[in-house]
Amino acid sequence: MDAKHARHDSTEKSLTSELTPEPQEAEALTPEELAAQWEAEAAEPAGPIANLLSSLVVLGLSIAGMALSVGLGLGTPSAPAAGMWPFVISLIAAVMAVAQIIVGRAGGRDGEKFSALSWYAAIGFATLILMVVLMPIIGFEIPSLLLCFVWMRWLGGERWRSATIYSILIVAAFYAIFIAALGTTIPRLF
Amino acid sequence: MEFFGPVLDGFNVVLDPTNLLYCLLGVVVGMLIGVLPGLGPAATIAILLPMTYGVEPVTAIIMLAGIFYGAQYGGTITSVLLRLPGEASSVVTVFDGYVMAKQGRAGAALGIAAIGSFFGATISIIGLTFLAPLVASFALDFGPPEYTALAMLGILLVATISGGTKIKAIIAAAVGLFLATIGRDGFTGAERFTFGNLSLADGIDFVPIAMGLFGLGEILYNLEERHRAANAPVKVSKVWPQRKDIKEASGAIGRGSVLGFFLGILPGGGATIASLASYAMEKKTAKDPSRFGKGAIEGVAGPESANNAAATSSFIPLLTLGIPANATMAIIFGALLIQGITPGPQLINDNPQLFWGVVNSMYIGNILLLIMSIPLIGVFVKILRVRAAILAPITALITMLGAYTIRNSMFDVLLVVLFGAIGYLMKKFGFEPGPLVLAFVLGSLLESNLRRSLLVLEGDPTGFFTRPISATLLVLFIFVAVWPVIKSGIEKRKAGSLASTIASEKEKENA
Repeated sequence: MDAKHARHDSTEKSLTSELTPEPQEAEALTPEELAAQWEAEAAEPAGPIANLLSSLVVLGLSIAGMALSVGLGLGTPSAPAAGMWPFVISLIAAVMAVAQIIVGRAGGRDGEKFSALSWYAAIGFATLILMVVLMPIIGFEIPSLLLCFVWMRWLGGERWRSATIYSILIVAAFYAIFIAALGTTIPRLF
Repeated sequence: MEFFGPVLDGFNVVLDPTNLLYCLLGVVVGMLIGVLPGLGPAATIAILLPMTYGVEPVTAIIMLAGIFYGAQYGGTITSVLLRLPGEASSVVTVFDGYVMAKQGRAGAALGIAAIGSFFGATISIIGLTFLAPLVASFALDFGPPEYTALAMLGILLVATISGGTKIKAIIAAAVGLFLATIGRDGFTGAERFTFGNLSLADGIDFVPIAMGLFGLGEILYNLEERHRAANAPVKVSKVWPQRKDIKEASGAIGRGSVLGFFLGILPGGGATIASLASYAMEKKTAKDPSRFGKGAIEGVAGPESANNAAATSSFIPLLTLGIPANATMAIIFGALLIQGITPGPQLINDNPQLFWGVVNSMYIGNILLLIMSIPLIGVFVKILRVRAAILAPITALITMLGAYTIRNSMFDVLLVVLFGAIGYLMKKFGFEPGPLVLAFVLGSLLESNLRRSLLVLEGDPTGFFTRPISATLLVLFIFVAVWPVIKSGIEKRKAGSLASTIASEKEKENA
């Protein structure tokens, strides 16, 4: 925390202690402090490499789009063929991608760096894919139960007991709603 | 009576028990997701799209609309009690609302926010009732060139006003437009980008894209976002505001409602911009601006009235022009298309039951929300204690099983999961899913109108400028396109306003 900010903090503390009966721990209350706090808590921006990579992906896709559109035939402005409009869009995307490579070469403030926590999203994705694979074979109950349990116990940090109980309750509720009440044809075991 | 006949008929539609039930369901869900961190209204509406298949169009839209404006009420609660804005449009409420809670006036803050929200929404519904038919009758004369210009302007506004990098938002919009071209070309019959795949011949379905990009993408994103466990909320008492509070806040509520109504009509910002503008306005007009940030009740009342008024009036461009003003409206647009209804200027006359049914349901919905926000507030404060770890798998399962029920197809579920991954990656790399979905929804409308106009204008693009309305819209388009460049020039000399920076940060998180 820089000196300027610290000074701000101390004046604020004296102010809050006037307002509340007992002095509380220093807590950001003014919009400026909140902004600084949110800024500090926000994830790190994705950075220059991510910017370059994502822009190159867009550039590649848009060049492919342009090539395919030319293959469909462009026609003339008064009689456009099927490829004209997709060609124009791809061209815009390509130009924007090049612009983004240049504008964002220092990294910019957007996006988020991948962190150790990003594995949580990857694991979450894997469980969803697993569910897509397993559902037609063994029905939705067991994959759902697994998904709930994994998400609660390991991705959510619940305790073993609460994760087990809530998983079972949730799957039972889904069975009651989707199968018993709505009578949908979701693949099921029971 | 000619005007009021259909309006009154609309009440008959609302009072149908099924519609009432779905209205209640919508606002309860909206309030819940407003209170709970994580999912925003766009994601929730996307996830619940499969529910709309089995019901009447008007019933479906009544529910989806309820989720949208209900979330504006719910978002206030976390802003005031936990200093965590539930929605981007409640960010400024934190400034004074949380301080009020600290001073033991949480009840007053929540109460006045609820009353302001109700008042703002009601003013906005009345405004909508009179303005919408005017806009629609004006737009009846629109030809293909006008629609082309309007759709382009709408997409550009949503892309440039949303948080994040403008260039990336335009790229996202271009991708959306491109995805919309997949399938059979309506003019030449040629198959585009289907690679001989039969299931792509009819184009990509809107529902898996919306459910994936908005719904599952956000769920995956939230998995790595460690939501801090909610502290035991401050005890909320005396929610009924006192006469003194109402007197202090009434001016702010009135100003916020009117401001919000007009800002909501403009494509792009809607509720978030309205709340920011209202806060700035209250601070400027106050006799003693130094009270703001220290528990000024106007700082809660104004923005909360404004965001609800804006949420309501943002239905005007959708229902009268067929142009969604923001990402949530784009999904509701998609829901209407699924039901075989194309929103546009003809909607009021061709489908008055739907139009007035949805509009009038908002009166009922807001009364229900007022009841939930004042006498039943304790219930929703308790819900704050539900842990995100338990909610996440529930929302994931609703999405997965819901996606299956659309067409009983595992392929749809797979599509949703894949688009979920794309949505997650887009967020990580700084691309907003909002412009993509909006552009996808408007893609075929834009292309067909552009091609029709080129036929009418015999291939001369300058012809757009010979028609007054399309010319005006295109001049606006160019202005909006060039504006960020001018603005960044100005901003380099002058630091941007603080509140808008924060809100755009939050918008990025919640979009």
